[in-house]
Amino acid sequence: MYDGGKIITGIIIFLLFATFPFYYNIGKANVKPDPKLDTPVIKQLAEKKCVESKEYMRANHMQILDDWRNMALREAKRTYRNAEGKLFEISLQNTCMKCHSNKNKFCDECHKYANVKPYCWDCHFVKEGGAAK
Amino acid sequence: MSMDRREFLKFIGLAGLGLGIGASATGWIFSRGLEASEYIPPPGALTAKRWAMVVDLSKFKTEEDYQRVIDACHKIHNVPDFGNPKDEIKWIWTDTYEHTFPGQENKFLPKEFEEKPFFLLCNHCDNAPCVRVCPTKATFKRSDGITMQDYHRCIGCRFCMAACPYGARSFNWRDPRPFIKEIDPTYPTRTKGVVEKCTYCVERLAKGLQPKCVEVSNGGLIFGDLADPNSEVRRILNTHFSLRRKAELGTGPSVFYIIGGEEDV
Repeated sequence: MYDGGKIITGIIIFLLFATFPFYYNIGKANVKPDPKLDTPVIKQLAEKKCVESKEYMRANHMQILDDWRNMALREAKRTYRNAEGKLFEISLQNTCMKCHSNKNKFCDECHKYANVKPYCWDCHFVKEGGAAK
Repeated sequence: MSMDRREFLKFIGLAGLGLGIGASATGWIFSRGLEASEYIPPPGALTAKRWAMVVDLSKFKTEEDYQRVIDACHKIHNVPDFGNPKDEIKWIWTDTYEHTFPGQENKFLPKEFEEKPFFLLCNHCDNAPCVRVCPTKATFKRSDGITMQDYHRCIGCRFCMAACPYGARSFNWRDPRPFIKEIDPTYPTRTKGVVEKCTYCVERLAKGLQPKCVEVSNGGLIFGDLADPNSEVRRILNTHFSLRRKAELGTGPSVFYIIGGEEDV
């Protein structure tokens, strides 16, 4: 092989450079998010249930929040009747955050892990303790 | 395997049909997730065909009468106070007679009109120019006549501020949060880069409450349904002469002023 030494050195440098993100992030990003549901309000609930099932909320909370805001604000339909017929006032601050008052451990935990930055909290106010800002 | 033209067309036709059925079935399965849930107007909400307000200025006598109303509104809506007129955010405020009714001034008006402040707020026009110019439909008209804005959609272009002939809209040049004395945790703040104004307290109407300014005005502000001939606002407008701001522009403002010269309403 002509110039074998140079080629192999080059390949090694390239590999080190290309795999840099992997060893740079070892031990950092793989800390699994651990959202908590242990707020005082939730602890007192007889039946620990969100507006819809846990599975549905986990997969579709962003969709339901989007529907909620459009329905409440634009259609003036500020009450949500869930699949079981229970009624809820549509309000992020007054309904969602009443139970999930631990924004740091409930919202931010996964959002940070997934690197999504919802701008809800620029306007919707959460009291200190739950507040990120 | 060979296929003639007729068989080929049959095959393609059937395949197309199958695909169509499959696609719509998948769509149906995925969309039906929460078919039992629904969105309804809140029970007990105040509703109307056309909300309107009457400002009876004879009921506002001292500086304190005005300030109480302004403070009550600005407090529950987390309206910031930047402390300078350039950045000012206002939902309800006062100005002089000649600024309220430009073109209506004359030098023989009663002396009291020279100093008397006039309440100003969003007129929730029938034909609101701010709604027409909004490029994202962030400002829109509700079916009950309220001109509402959706801060989620506002891109801060300020076309609405240019369009509004009443100066009812304010822009958040800076993050308002540090300038709110005491944040009401039940109401959102705004963020930098959106335009805001009076909403006739839609969040209170939804709970069956009158707008806050009406509640604390001691009868100086009257709120009701313009489309209902038996409503309080219609009763007052039937028996009193009223003015609207810049009605000649054709915007159809829904705030009516009774500026005195008559007995109590």
